[in-house]
Amino acid sequence: MTELAPIMPASVKAFDVERVREDFPALHQDVHGKPLVYLDSAATTLKPQAVIDAVDQVYARDCANIHRAVHLLSQRATAQFEEAREKVRAFLNASKTTEVVFTRGTTEAVNLVAQSWGRGSLRDGDEVLVTELEHHSNIVPWQLLCQQTGAKLVVVPMTDRGEILREAFEQSLSERTRLVAMTHVSNALGTVLPVAELISLAHERGAVVLLDGAQAVSHVDVDVNALDCDFYAFSGHKLYGPTGIGVLYGKERLLEEMPPYQGGGDMIRSVTFEETIYNDLPYKFEAGTPHIAGAIGLGAAIDYFSSFEAGLVHAHENAVLRYATEALEAVPGLRVIGTAPGKVAALSFLMESAHPHDIGTIVDAEGVAIRTGHHCAQPVMEHFGIAATARASLGMYNSFGDIDALVASLRKVQELFG
Amino acid sequence: MDLRELYQEVILDHGKNPRNHRFPEPSNREGRGYNPLCGDKITLRLQLDGETISDVGFIGQGCAISQAACSTMTEAIKGKTVPEFEALFDKFHSMVTGDQGSEDELDALGKLAVFAGVREFPMRVKCATLGWHTLKQALHDEGGEAKTE
Repeated sequence: MTELAPIMPASVKAFDVERVREDFPALHQDVHGKPLVYLDSAATTLKPQAVIDAVDQVYARDCANIHRAVHLLSQRATAQFEEAREKVRAFLNASKTTEVVFTRGTTEAVNLVAQSWGRGSLRDGDEVLVTELEHHSNIVPWQLLCQQTGAKLVVVPMTDRGEILREAFEQSLSERTRLVAMTHVSNALGTVLPVAELISLAHERGAVVLLDGAQAVSHVDVDVNALDCDFYAFSGHKLYGPTGIGVLYGKERLLEEMPPYQGGGDMIRSVTFEETIYNDLPYKFEAGTPHIAGAIGLGAAIDYFSSFEAGLVHAHENAVLRYATEALEAVPGLRVIGTAPGKVAALSFLMESAHPHDIGTIVDAEGVAIRTGHHCAQPVMEHFGIAATARASLGMYNSFGDIDALVASLRKVQELFG
Repeated sequence: MDLRELYQEVILDHGKNPRNHRFPEPSNREGRGYNPLCGDKITLRLQLDGETISDVGFIGQGCAISQAACSTMTEAIKGKTVPEFEALFDKFHSMVTGDQGSEDELDALGKLAVFAGVREFPMRVKCATLGWHTLKQALHDEGGEAKTE
């Protein structure tokens, strides 16, 4: 791996992965009698102690409902919940906190837009554009919407390297394209889409753009103002935060026009049996008691993540990804799926001798956690004529040693399957 | 965790070279099995003469466990009657889902007993039972896809 030295930015040395690893208690355990090597961060990231403490503190001390009572605990919980919203706003570089809606996750955020924006905006014959790279959660909500409205789902094809090219995107746009829903970073292949360029193309046609940022937020810089996207969705648990909390960013103008997604408490100003007046943004979209500890935990995750220079984290991950790519490609009979230039954080692969599911079981016995299957992206698998891949994916805590352990465990696969 | 308990030689062999990996001619029953977790897919056909499964074969792709389980199953049930298959199904299912079978029951399973190691790997039980569920579905001609629940 000596050839890596010249291309590795000097800044990588300033990122101390061993120190970072100390912050993640889940890393410090044995599985099947072997030290855990966690290479499944695209499914969910592990949580730093700071996030665990923040969630713990909500339940152990500031346990109250928000936006309701006058007592001190409720004041504390409400303040922290709204501070978390401000942290999200700053993280995304949104203009206002009214544009930050807490959801259960990316999936709920996409469904919210599909049902609240989509049902009122789409007519028979309109088109919703997605890409071939999408996760099921950025396909199925649009299929449901198309069934409800008579709109048509159009798919931008990807290249055999797993890229979405400007030309293909332009060709898929039409006068009837009302909405483009695309991933920022592919979960199955790690491809980073040229979203800034594609968003401006879509806007030229008058289409609204939603980005699925689930895989992007921890691996690339996100600036919703600079991107000029209309909606941006992500999940806390893929940004070192808790599960069950996510975010929908939406431009205020669009959110104002949209009807509520769900009815309930907190989303109303006044209710009578004759008429209900809805609350202001963002509460109009936050019916019921939210995941208070989750939002506060997400705020703590953003604090933790932002305590590092983002460029250093990304450079570190990219160095590990390059190292992993070279190491895996040197394994006989192994083929990497998804080779887009500039890809991040995920390595999908196949081995001639063994099915992905068998690979997953064998490396697990060596303490190495990877994902196997279709990664909720069956159209991607179909493109390559396969049913599944094995996927190693990275977080900020992964080291070169983790890759060495993966490669060693793949040797066990070869020993068994020959 | 001993992987050799799971990946026994018989399983590796049948996984690599599945037996009866073809459709029998003629055949009068078909079942389709799909494991959404891993994408394993098989289509199984058989010739049922009265109560006897005279021939059976399958085409499909999947992991070593699912392919080997399907392959060994076709060998074991060819020539058996439907009630004999049902009895074998129950024994096999109990074995891989963790109910400790008696020595007699394991003996009755013959070569199929190599799948006993699966019980230590709960995530792989569905791989081992996909073919069995598919065959059951084919016999009952239920239509749709066999599930491994």
